[in-house]
Amino acid sequence: MIEFQGIEKRFAGVRAVGPVSFDLPPGATLGLVGENGAGKSTLMNLLGGNLQPDAGSMRLAERPYAPHGPAEAMRCGIAFIHQELNLFGNLTIAENLFLTRFPRWWRSPFIYRTGLRAEAGKLLAQVGLELDPHTPMDRLAVGECQLVEIAKALAGDPRLIIFDEPTSSLSTREAERLFALMAGFRRQGRSLIYISHALGDVLRLCDDLVILRDGLVAGRGPARDFTIPRLISLMAGRVPEATAPAPTPPREPAGAVALAVRGVSRPGVVRDISFELRRGEILGIAGMMGAGRSELARILFGLDAPAAGELRLHGRPLQGATVRERVRRGMAFVTEDRRGEGLCLEASVADNLALAALPAFARGRARRIDRPGLQAALTPVKAAVRLTADADGRAVKTLSGGNQQKVVLAKWLLTKPGVIILDEPTRGIDVGAKCEIHELIRALAAAGTAVLLISSELEELTALCDRLLVLNRGEITATLARAEFDQARILAAALPGERSA
Amino acid sequence: MRRATTMPVFAPGWRPRWGSECLILAAGGVYFLAAAPFIPGLASWENLGNLLSNLLPLLVIAVGQTLVLIAGGIDLSATAIMAVTSVAGAMVMRGVPGHGPVAALAGVGVMLGMGTAVGWGNGFAITRLRLPAFMVTLTSMMFFSGLALWLTQSQKINGLPAAFNALGGNLAVELILTTAVVGLTAWGLGRLLAGRWLYAVGHNPRAALISGVPVGPVVMAAYAFSGGAAALGAVLLTGRGETGDPVLGRYLMLDVIGAAVLGGASFFGGRGGVGGTAAGVLFIKLVDNSLSLQGCSHFTIMMVKGGLILAAALADGGRRRLAGEDQGGRA
Repeated sequence: MIEFQGIEKRFAGVRAVGPVSFDLPPGATLGLVGENGAGKSTLMNLLGGNLQPDAGSMRLAERPYAPHGPAEAMRCGIAFIHQELNLFGNLTIAENLFLTRFPRWWRSPFIYRTGLRAEAGKLLAQVGLELDPHTPMDRLAVGECQLVEIAKALAGDPRLIIFDEPTSSLSTREAERLFALMAGFRRQGRSLIYISHALGDVLRLCDDLVILRDGLVAGRGPARDFTIPRLISLMAGRVPEATAPAPTPPREPAGAVALAVRGVSRPGVVRDISFELRRGEILGIAGMMGAGRSELARILFGLDAPAAGELRLHGRPLQGATVRERVRRGMAFVTEDRRGEGLCLEASVADNLALAALPAFARGRARRIDRPGLQAALTPVKAAVRLTADADGRAVKTLSGGNQQKVVLAKWLLTKPGVIILDEPTRGIDVGAKCEIHELIRALAAAGTAVLLISSELEELTALCDRLLVLNRGEITATLARAEFDQARILAAALPGERSA
Repeated sequence: MRRATTMPVFAPGWRPRWGSECLILAAGGVYFLAAAPFIPGLASWENLGNLLSNLLPLLVIAVGQTLVLIAGGIDLSATAIMAVTSVAGAMVMRGVPGHGPVAALAGVGVMLGMGTAVGWGNGFAITRLRLPAFMVTLTSMMFFSGLALWLTQSQKINGLPAAFNALGGNLAVELILTTAVVGLTAWGLGRLLAGRWLYAVGHNPRAALISGVPVGPVVMAAYAFSGGAAALGAVLLTGRGETGDPVLGRYLMLDVIGAAVLGGASFFGGRGGVGGTAAGVLFIKLVDNSLSLQGCSHFTIMMVKGGLILAAALADGGRRRLAGEDQGGRA
């Protein structure tokens, strides 16, 4: 179907990809894996016409293929479903689908709305989305948006569809739905390229694999020849220390209660949530997307008010405390939206690191910042997250995702928190940084911090947590001790419509 | 990104880099050197003193505007605050018996208090009532411009105390006052908790809130400061004119915003600084001064100034692209 012959791409003289050669047989599904920065995106952008190669050539269906832009790639039958969705929330589904080629009355500028609805309906049926095409986009859940994006790609009847990290924001059920859809595309004879960090999915879905490392092919072959540990060692170029994070050694989390939650409810979000989080404990919250995990975290941190219930921090009530007071009293919150809520992207690393702890370094009535003191406090924190020392003056937006997340964590470490809430702390970051963040979470707990960890990755939760709460439609459906951790049991409690004892 | 925002404020040994203020300052210098031989009197001491006394009130007002721009807002009401505080102050001073220093003090107090209060009201409407800054300050500009005219029936108010007039009429006093305000603000922006919070709020209010920054009060304080700065500008200009003027500063608004933006402030917040704004004010007033020496009309000056501001903005954009500061775009 597609063939890469010695493809090479450089950015400002630095080789990003290549020379890379491999091919994809028609109708096959190719898995493309590699750490962040291994060149996957660059390679796919070459294929999708967003970039032009510096050397080498591509062949599509036995013909030379050198697209000059995404539009040409699309005409050649290549569709690219990006990790970040390119949809307009203020428009309807149908308008999003036909944004560049609305059906019109003859050749007039007037849109043929009946035709638009019918055409959009057909596309939505192909992806199994039963919604009115005139529904505004912003009413859709993330998984549904993804399906619309796929429907948009199908409009050009592509021969080759590229999926870039399609499951990173999907719940397990939504992901299964996507996989079923992909199987359907295969039966229709379309070729697929699947890029993902979820190696289990890659092994299950793909016929062939290509592993990229530092812009070169580090390994390739039929998927059945690979295992997850082998994939990781090829991606990392070293023997993996552990596939999943190594389990936290058993400890006695017998610290005093740090955060007590009693009967917290907020209509339509969470109902009657009660639990205790102890010092030195890592308490996990599992659940499907939309189960109310992040919403609960926002209530705990004072960003939303609960309608009922009581919160106590170290035995003292938290009622009516603003976010600022909570931070002062030792709470910290790493939100799931790193770029939108965690960082000032345009500001420097140093300014971001200092932000939450600034009041503690403000002296006198004028609240002058004690810069030497702050500088001295920053050094050990940066060392703890292994953030390169010379990063201080750089704008945070220039850092990789993993390093950005380390900046967020370091920002809170500087406040010496007693309770830290982590919402998806390792989402979308590469394997190396992920391991480091896992170690950091353990170190925090070992030092006596109470950790509340929200994650969509069960491996992460079962490896790190001392205890696990399962949320289902805003209610706690299971509380499991470490000895009771069992993926099937957790999933059963998390899936809507089912209850565990 | 500019020095004021990206320099690692806490890291030792940072080196000053080329910022917007340097570029604008250089542009002003080049303009001055190029124009001096052709415009007789431009480089004379008398004219330079004149230029200085003209730019000081604008500088005070523009520094207030800069703080609002850093917070990610805009204050269109600054000149209306000047007008209304000018006439209110004049009315109070006329009302206080004796026309002495006591009256002057009362007038200055009323003007600064009123300006700060109006600014704070703007901030309150923006943060608590969640109205867009553009709307709020536009409507308060209309309201207070109208109020100033209505209070005076379009008449100027004469007969102000001599002690008051000395504040704006004496270059030395004016220079000391302005330098103090501008210097303290620059120091505070870099070194005080409030200053660092202001930049954080401008960069990303949501991240600032979650990091424990009192976003609402910080924004309100920025508008209150802008209102107070406008009132101080009004004190200087009213004293210089020796009259309470209901249309004081009516042509200043674009100079105020233009100077701040030339100096590196951004409508998207988080950027800008006092030094840059000072360079912007100098540039704008230099152009003003040289063109009026040439005998150009107010309208010609407006047109030329518009073009020059655009050119300076283009040059600054080019400089930042060359320095690689705009990579990655805005999130």
